[in-house]
Order: sequence, then structure tokens, then C-alpha cells
Amino acid sequence: MVNERLWNILIDSFGKIIVPGLTMTIPLTVISFALALVIAVAAALVQFADVRGFKQAARFYIWVIRGTPLLVQLFVIFYGLPNLGVVIDPFPAAVIVFSINEGAYCAETIRAALESVPAGQLEAGYCSGMSYMQTMRRIVLPQAMRTAFPPLSNSLIAMVKDTSLAANITVTEMFMVTQRIVARTYEPLALYIEVGLIYLLFSTVLTKLQRAGERRLNVHGKQGG
Amino acid sequence: MLEIMDIQKSFDGTQVLAGVDVQVNRGDVVAILGPSGSGKTTLLRCMNFLETADAGTMVFDGERFELGRISKKDIARLRKKTAFVFQNYNLFYNKTAIENVTEGLIVARKVSKARAVETGRRALDKVGLSDRYDYYPSQLSGGQQQRVAIARALAAEPEIIYFDEPTSALDPELTGEVLSVMRQLADEGMTMLIVTHEMGFAGTVSNKAVFMEKGKVVEAGDSKTFFERPRETRTKEFLHTISQSINLAG
Repeated sequence: MVNERLWNILIDSFGKIIVPGLTMTIPLTVISFALALVIAVAAALVQFADVRGFKQAARFYIWVIRGTPLLVQLFVIFYGLPNLGVVIDPFPAAVIVFSINEGAYCAETIRAALESVPAGQLEAGYCSGMSYMQTMRRIVLPQAMRTAFPPLSNSLIAMVKDTSLAANITVTEMFMVTQRIVARTYEPLALYIEVGLIYLLFSTVLTKLQRAGERRLNVHGKQGG
Repeated sequence: MLEIMDIQKSFDGTQVLAGVDVQVNRGDVVAILGPSGSGKTTLLRCMNFLETADAGTMVFDGERFELGRISKKDIARLRKKTAFVFQNYNLFYNKTAIENVTEGLIVARKVSKARAVETGRRALDKVGLSDRYDYYPSQLSGGQQQRVAIARALAAEPEIIYFDEPTSALDPELTGEVLSVMRQLADEGMTMLIVTHEMGFAGTVSNKAVFMEKGKVVEAGDSKTFFERPRETRTKEFLHTISQSINLAG
């Protein structure tokens, strides 16, 4: 089944697919996830601290984003906004949608992690003379991020794969490049499996990094003792 | 130095503090005793504003505060004159022993790091933990954690330390090391307000005792009289029950 021609296609396409993987998929993931974390921490903190107005805004944002498909969100921003005269290039459009989308999910993860920090940590901060903000920043948030690390890693890995949806708004990431090669060579089975394996490779690296990260974090800072 | 007058607090319609008065002079060691649910812990928490009292007056160093409507600024100011030791230690889990002690100094009191570390080491040395500076709470026993908490309280050089059942979460064999540190502080003249169930300790270390029940003070006075010749029938009953249960346990 795997003849010489197919081998040559696979070997030739590996380079062609992995390059946009390194120059598009990974930057898209890293930039979007970093922005998502900023959004998520903010959306989680205003809920945790019960900041009036902001809390409701955060709930609304999470409700809308989690309740609509990522693909629809991509289309609204990239194909829809031009109707209002707002034209955004494919890559920044993808970054905007992925960070806002991921931010909603991560906000829930971080909120849950904040709530898992015992109330006594805040009280101990107060009794050491620290303010709410000081205690949150130096005591509660670092502990919450430690708890949130595994589920956030999970989200990151999911996001690497979700970036393939950006092909739909003309971002030339790995999946779009694969589609083009398929159109030229008519070898969909082999090539889609190949790109799938490359995603698997990326995810595996991230999983290893997660393990290493968890080992570092888990050495100390666990509750009680 | 510190006086509380007619402090009141309800949770969802249940009155937990029904007008309690407490007086503390500099150097006093006041033991607050009473059965569970008598409001002892709530009293302590209201005094450090972890709970907001519904009403009552506090006089601290001659300054008068209405507890029902005290400003955040005054709360922050008063907290810097006091320290609190919790039943379950509440050490910062993400900080080492020395960092637990220096955190409040550096962040809240703006002490330089070098000076804070120096103060912190001295405080940890004092509670017998000079070999545990860089240990995380999860690496310390309960008794060690509580001693770090006491060091954290000491380092702030407070005018008074509140202790909320400091040994209740500890195994009996670890209780002694915490009590002996507290005894040492008392001998050095530290002003302390201690909610405790350790009658033996209260009887020998405190100079004043307050017995509370159902949100009220049943009897208060100097410890010698309180433990040897209690006035109120209820106090006698309580002391009797406690000593019996100790005999049974022993």
C-alpha cells in the first residue's frame, strides 16, 4: 500500500507541514494562551472579590463564549465584522478569537482554584497587617495558580489542536498546508494521518512539560502537613 | 491598654455575643474559657475584625472605636498593633518558615528585607526552630507549624497577641512544645489573650480568667481566685466537668 511515491510525498510534506507548525501553530497558541491567561485571571478575580458590575460582566462573557461554537466565533470576527467596516487580518483575528474563547474556560478554572484556597490564608494575611490586594497577590493567587496548573495545561493542549480551526479563516497553519498538499497529491488518508501525528508530537512535548512543571510545583506548597 | 465594652454579634439572627466586656492591661495574660459555642472564638475574631461586630466599643491605647462602624483605615492601623495565632496555624502554604515570618514585615510594614530576615531569624530561634528556616509548612509537624505561627506573631512586635485555641488541632504530645513557648512569652511580659481548653495551662500561666457561656461573661477575675474559689455555680460546674474529664482521660 505504501509505495515509493507515497513515501516521497510523506517525507516531502513533513517539512512543509512542520514549518508552519513552528511558525504559525505554535506562535498562535502561545500568544493566544498568554492573552487568555490575562483575561482569565481578571475575570476570575472580579468574581472572587465580588466587584459589583464587573462580576456580572464576567459571568455574561463566560456565558456567551462557552455557549457558542469556536468556529462560529471565528467566522463572526473574520467574515462578519467587515460588514461593520472592521477588517482584521487572519492571524490577529485568530489570536483575538482564541484568546477570548480560551479566556472564558480558563477563568472558570482559576475561579475554582481561588475558591479552593482556604479562607484562613486571607485571614492570616490580614492579621499580618497585609491588605486584601497584597494578600491576594502574594499568597492566594500563587496558591491558586498552583492548583490551576494541571487543568490549565489541559486547556493549552486542547488549544494546540483547536488552532487547526484557524484554517477556516485563511490562516496558513499546519492543517491548511496539509489540505493544500492533499488537493495536489490526492493522498488524503496518509497526509491527514501525518498531520495528526504531528499534532500528537506537539501535544506529547506539552504533556512532558506539564509533568515536569507539576513535579516542580508539587515539591512544596501543599496544604497542611 | 485594651478595653472592650458591650460587644454584640449575631449570625443569621442567632446571638453569639450578647454584650461582653473584656479588660486587658499591659503584660496581662488573659485566659478565655467556656464550653463550645459560648462565643469565645467569635469574641477574639471580632477584636481583630475578622468578623464585624454589630455593636460595641473598643478602647485601644486610649483611642476609642465604635466596633459597628469602624473604618477600614482604623482596622488596618489596629491590626498592625496586634497579632493573631489561629487554631489551625494558617501558615502561608506557598512560603517557607522564614518567609512566613518576614512576609508581613516586608509587605505590610515596609521593613527592608535584610532587617526583616534578621528579625525573622530571631523570632524563629526563640520558638526553637533555628534549624527550620527554609522548610515549607508541609514539611513541618503541627507543633512546629504553630511555633512558626507564633514566631510570625512575635516578629511584628505587637502590643498584644490573640491566641485562638492554639493547641486544639495538635496531637497531645505536640501540645507541650507550643504551650512552653507561650509560657516563655508570658514570663517575658507579652500581653496575651488566649482562648483555650487547656485548664492546667490557663491556671498556671494566666493572671486573669474570663468564663463565657451563651455569649455572655459568667465570671471574670484574677486567675488564682477564679480557679481556686470560683464564685458562680456555673463556673464551678464547668471547672469540675473539665477536671473530671481530664482524670478520665489520664
